[in-house]
Amino acid sequence: MPSSHDWINKPLGVVEAMFGKKTNAWKSTPFLCTYFCMFSFQVPSLNDVPLHYLKPNSLVKFRCLVQDMFDPEFYMGVYETVDPSTKANVLRCGKYKDVTECGVDLNSRNTVTAERQTFYCVPIPGESPWAKEISFLSAARVVPSTSYVPSRQKRSYEEDDDDMDTQPQKQREPHTEPHGNGDSKRQETEAPSSQTTTPSDCSSHLDLNFPLPGERGPACLVKVYEGLDSFKLNDTLEIYGILSVNPVLTVIVYPHRDPSLLLLNPTESMETPEEQRAHDPPASLVPRLHMLYARPLQHNNPLLPSAPTEDQSAFVSSFLVEMASVRAELLAYLTHVLLGDGLAAEYLLLHLISDVYTRRDVLPLGKFTLNLSGCPLNSYTERLYQIVQQLVPCSYRLSMSLHTMNSMRLVPKKDYVANRLVSGALQLARNTSLFLDETQLEQGQLDSSGVRNITALGNLISWQKVDYDFSYHQMEFPCNINVLVTSEGRSLLPSDCQVPLQPQVTPPNMEEYLTTIHMAQFTSQINKFRVYLSLARTLDYSISDEVTKAVEDDFVDMRKDDPQSVTAEDLHRMLVVARLLSLSLGQTTLSRDGWMRAKHIDMLRRSRTEQQKSLNGNEP
Amino acid sequence: MDRSKISTPTLRCFVETGPDHLCINVFSSVLPSEVDMSSPLMYGTPSSRVEGTPRSGVGGTPARQRPDLGSIRKAPQVDLHSEPPSADGAVASEQALGQKLVIWGTDVNVGTCKEKFQRFLQRFIDPTSNEDENAGLDLNEPLYMQKLEEISVVGEPVLNVNCSHVQSFDADLYRQLISYPQEVIPTFDMAVNELFFERFPDSILEHQIQVRPYNALKTRNMRSLNPEDIDQMITISGMVIRTSQLIPEMQEAFFQCQVCAFSTRVEVDRGRIAEPAVCRNCNTTHSLALIHNRSAFSDKQMIKVQESPDDMPAGQTPHTTIVYAHNDLVDKVQPGDRINITGIYRAVPMRENPRQSNVKSVYKTHIDVIHFRKTDEKRLHGLDEDSDQKLFTEERVQILKELASKPDVYDRLSSALAPSIYEHEDIKKGILLQLFGGTRKDFSQTGRGNFRAEVNILLCGDPGTSKSQLLQYVFNLVPRGQYTSGKGSSAVGLTAYVMKDPETKQLVLQTGALVLSDNGICCIDEFDKMSDSTRSVLHEVMEQQTLSIAKAGIICQLNARTSVLAAANPVESQWNPKKTTIENIQLPHTLLSRFDLIFLMLDPQDEAYDRRLAHHLVALYYQSEEQIEEEFLDMAVLKDYIAYARTYINPRLNEEASQALIEAYVDMRKIGSGRGMVSAYPRQLESLIRLAEAHAKVRFSDKVETIDVEEAKRLQREALKQSATDPRTGFVDISILTTGMSATARKRKEEVAQALKKMIQSKGKTPAMKYQQLFDDLRGQSEAAITKDMFEEALRALADEDYLTVTGKTVRLL
Repeated sequence: MPSSHDWINKPLGVVEAMFGKKTNAWKSTPFLCTYFCMFSFQVPSLNDVPLHYLKPNSLVKFRCLVQDMFDPEFYMGVYETVDPSTKANVLRCGKYKDVTECGVDLNSRNTVTAERQTFYCVPIPGESPWAKEISFLSAARVVPSTSYVPSRQKRSYEEDDDDMDTQPQKQREPHTEPHGNGDSKRQETEAPSSQTTTPSDCSSHLDLNFPLPGERGPACLVKVYEGLDSFKLNDTLEIYGILSVNPVLTVIVYPHRDPSLLLLNPTESMETPEEQRAHDPPASLVPRLHMLYARPLQHNNPLLPSAPTEDQSAFVSSFLVEMASVRAELLAYLTHVLLGDGLAAEYLLLHLISDVYTRRDVLPLGKFTLNLSGCPLNSYTERLYQIVQQLVPCSYRLSMSLHTMNSMRLVPKKDYVANRLVSGALQLARNTSLFLDETQLEQGQLDSSGVRNITALGNLISWQKVDYDFSYHQMEFPCNINVLVTSEGRSLLPSDCQVPLQPQVTPPNMEEYLTTIHMAQFTSQINKFRVYLSLARTLDYSISDEVTKAVEDDFVDMRKDDPQSVTAEDLHRMLVVARLLSLSLGQTTLSRDGWMRAKHIDMLRRSRTEQQKSLNGNEP
Repeated sequence: MDRSKISTPTLRCFVETGPDHLCINVFSSVLPSEVDMSSPLMYGTPSSRVEGTPRSGVGGTPARQRPDLGSIRKAPQVDLHSEPPSADGAVASEQALGQKLVIWGTDVNVGTCKEKFQRFLQRFIDPTSNEDENAGLDLNEPLYMQKLEEISVVGEPVLNVNCSHVQSFDADLYRQLISYPQEVIPTFDMAVNELFFERFPDSILEHQIQVRPYNALKTRNMRSLNPEDIDQMITISGMVIRTSQLIPEMQEAFFQCQVCAFSTRVEVDRGRIAEPAVCRNCNTTHSLALIHNRSAFSDKQMIKVQESPDDMPAGQTPHTTIVYAHNDLVDKVQPGDRINITGIYRAVPMRENPRQSNVKSVYKTHIDVIHFRKTDEKRLHGLDEDSDQKLFTEERVQILKELASKPDVYDRLSSALAPSIYEHEDIKKGILLQLFGGTRKDFSQTGRGNFRAEVNILLCGDPGTSKSQLLQYVFNLVPRGQYTSGKGSSAVGLTAYVMKDPETKQLVLQTGALVLSDNGICCIDEFDKMSDSTRSVLHEVMEQQTLSIAKAGIICQLNARTSVLAAANPVESQWNPKKTTIENIQLPHTLLSRFDLIFLMLDPQDEAYDRRLAHHLVALYYQSEEQIEEEFLDMAVLKDYIAYARTYINPRLNEEASQALIEAYVDMRKIGSGRGMVSAYPRQLESLIRLAEAHAKVRFSDKVETIDVEEAKRLQREALKQSATDPRTGFVDISILTTGMSATARKRKEEVAQALKKMIQSKGKTPAMKYQQLFDDLRGQSEAAITKDMFEEALRALADEDYLTVTGKTVRLL
């Protein structure tokens, strides 16, 4: 059995050796899974280590989202080479390689053609700086097999490395303050400038097709050999594979006119330059990764054990004990953040752990879109987002200004010229928090793309799906995105639940107020919150027959009093609230108490919205 | 034979490139003088190897190259038993040799293959053929001989051959055709030309007849293409997404010596032309120059084809394939067309740069087209049936039939429909019947045109009664469904619009939702929010099932045989039970009468209902995994069931059912006539027939029987009870839907008008009155409450009688 050292340093050698021995044992996925899990921490990650520090043809891992799937390609699985000096034929394995050895005998009878597919993968969009930082630091504990030692100088290295990125990398600074507030603030203010400057710089370069503007990190062409059908678009994966940055790939091989031959081979000339650029970008910018094994990620929270192994269940059961106390602390924290509004904090907490856990025909179950109305203006929402960002591993704030709605591309669209799926901001990984800031919206005219964008957002909220534009038809991709809408009045977008914010305190200086709250939290505390939010979502949940009966009775009673006020929709919502409420307390079954609590807070919320209505109620 | 290796091309390379001696050995030992390697006709037995069309005497019909087949000329024949080549072959008689010779790398013997194909052409009869391109042919005569006759008349030298015919006639020949198309098709060409010119020795064609096989059963789906299909003949379906400009491809290069002006021709061989290094005439080296004008070129076009959306697994992106069309197939398809392509699947190694030692280990793949078949085009004539036929395996059909034989199949299916939506049984049943549709009938002979078979349904009701969800479900269920919201769609988006292609500057007709859902269901949400002009488009679609377009110089009529499933909200956001349907949703009655069924989705507000609803919802949220699994299965079965019934079942009315329908209609008319109003129109009868037919389809029955009529009646009654009940009298009044006003309302209107007239007359000679004053007076006088609307209506009625005019705030008598 090859040692982990061999695997990491010369995986191709291992593969060759096995090819020679004709064993197929290592191909079995469970074997590779346990095998890689064992030494996964030793494998350098493309997310953390700059590309030029990684040895070509070494084993690397990559945490990513499948952004596009290219057409399958045929390659020489087995081929024969002829040694020019000895004329001896040698059989070779073409798997996990981009180029062949010298002297391929194209006419050999032993050639076996095999099929593989290329996925275009990008780092998980909207990954929070803290998640990157933690996974980076934990990866840095092991020195990868290169001379690279992560240290302060890293930043300058990265800058001259990624010449395509003008935005200086701030989020990964090793000395980032633990609270990261000032840090993310800088980022926030810099983001627009980077957006405006990049196009001019970038136009000559490659568009790496990240779903979100201002993203950075390596994109990767992943060659997939096995289990093609098990992967889906927008899956988040941790891929273990062999890195290939062969410069041959970079040179676009145009057949030169050979004096003895007139080349009329059409296949190469048929690809448009755009297509070539999209499918064969220089390997120094978009490395190739030959997948040995991929693990689907349930979440990308580096604080949680990622594999559903025994450690995880041990971890979960140990954390369950603390659950209630962490919840109370988090609630207090959120209450402060929401200006002393406990009810809104409760709902925000429920929203943050919501998850589409199943679908019944077209109906997604478990989604819980929250509309926080009555938000104070003047950058309050921006601050709120930063706090949410600190808590969840993936998030994106979409400021719904007229300009962005009219100009931004939300829905991915197939570009038939370049033959790729041009990404849009709604191509997000599962459980990403999408923060829609409607307070930025002003009066004005939406043009047709603006209307399409709003419709797309509406569809996302109601059905948890995005209709990708394939020009001749649309294709529906289900998604699982937590949408939080902040608005002044009731949002123009649909939502599952609207909570008008009722500030209990009116701090004279909002900025200062929020910063102090934020600073008051210790990193360990925040980390606990992060674990709590990710964990609560993964818990199983069930409901007993007895409680089912009680719920039914309750509903009938409520309807009896006032059939107009309680509808099926209300029941839908209350069932979701009850579920989330139980989960937030670490309870995996619904109790009668849980149901009563859910009913109670929903009642409070409703009375508040009605109050709101009558306050601004000029309508008849 | 292990086809996963690219055996054929490698073998051929072997032959062509270096070690020619091997095969030449075979020949030189056997037929040293007769085998001319450069002869364009390398296939026949030695006796048939004559330049030009064999035995035709028509030297005027030139052979035409077939770039779609690649370079085929160099494939030599080998003796099957001559490996290793032995001297025995030399003594064999020529006749025996002919039997044994096969084309290198294959098991195809040219002579046998040709004979078999000629036999096929002369004998194949398919009495059950229902393909529309065979229209006008005598089905009991050999099909392809008739086609040859057609060729001699029309002069288009192309013979399309359905591979399934070949298969049913000679399975071995079919196998060879699929496995070695590059060798077998030229043999077919030869066979057909011999036959043709024997029969019609005097006909002159542009070039020799080319055989174009189609409908190879090898592959149906782009996703299932794999290395084993390389160099085989395949048929795939897909949608054209891009076509390139025409590319001239050199077929034959013309070289002239710069020194002595000696000229020579070199043919293209696998995309390469070997430039002669030495002039054969004057022996000067490197003196030959290519003369473009005198070289021969053929047309070529690159076409990109994308997998059709129906074939794709969820959550993946569609695959694309590059296709090359040659000669007259160029420009036959446009982006957006759905086509079936028959062709040869090719894989070419990435061209290696001679200066580079290692190469990319990837092949480029494409398909050389032999035959296109547009699936859209066919739909103009009739339903696209043959592409669906293969969807069902024997077992599947058995399962479906078993299901159909159950007595409660109707209830089962309707409850499988959108299980997450609670109750509304009748609505689900209505939608179920809509999914099946009626039987298509053609009355064009009698001048009536097509008789609509599609059932249209309107759902109206309070917001939040899961109307949208039902629409979404239906949209996801049917293969050709479209979902649009009335708010966002314009007339243009629904019908068709003309777009200028940025590349070619060509005007292209882009079809909208209604045309796209031809043979499917068009779901329109927020029907009430639709603008009037948009809605007016629907008038034609919903009755005539066609769409007329006159735009930017394009005038055409498209088929839009779509069922419409629409959902509308009441104008006052809450359904007002005191008003009629028309008043509640404010839609023109002309449009409403085109709906077969109009359902109200209201909140019934009673305790038992609430309890069931609560139970249903809670179960929805906490059902176990297995139950969910089970249901998914149901949806797949339901899909197949509907597809099967729509394709194969065409029920007709039997005698009893016709009688029952007549009775039902007469009864409906009678009810109304008793109260002095019309309660049924022929349209109701038509929709009754459609519903009955659909119900028979649900049972997989070829006869519409009384039970079907009973159910259709019941459903229609239920729908009418909900939507056409006059809120004032409580009676069902069809005129609410057909004329927009109930009979009682009309009567009342008249009464008010009369009362007003009387009042004005009683006032004596006052030429002008204040509007408000008059209204107050009338209100004071009348016992019943008079609304402003009623008052205005009365004024309008009187104005129509030329009794008075209303100008601004004053009313003048005339």
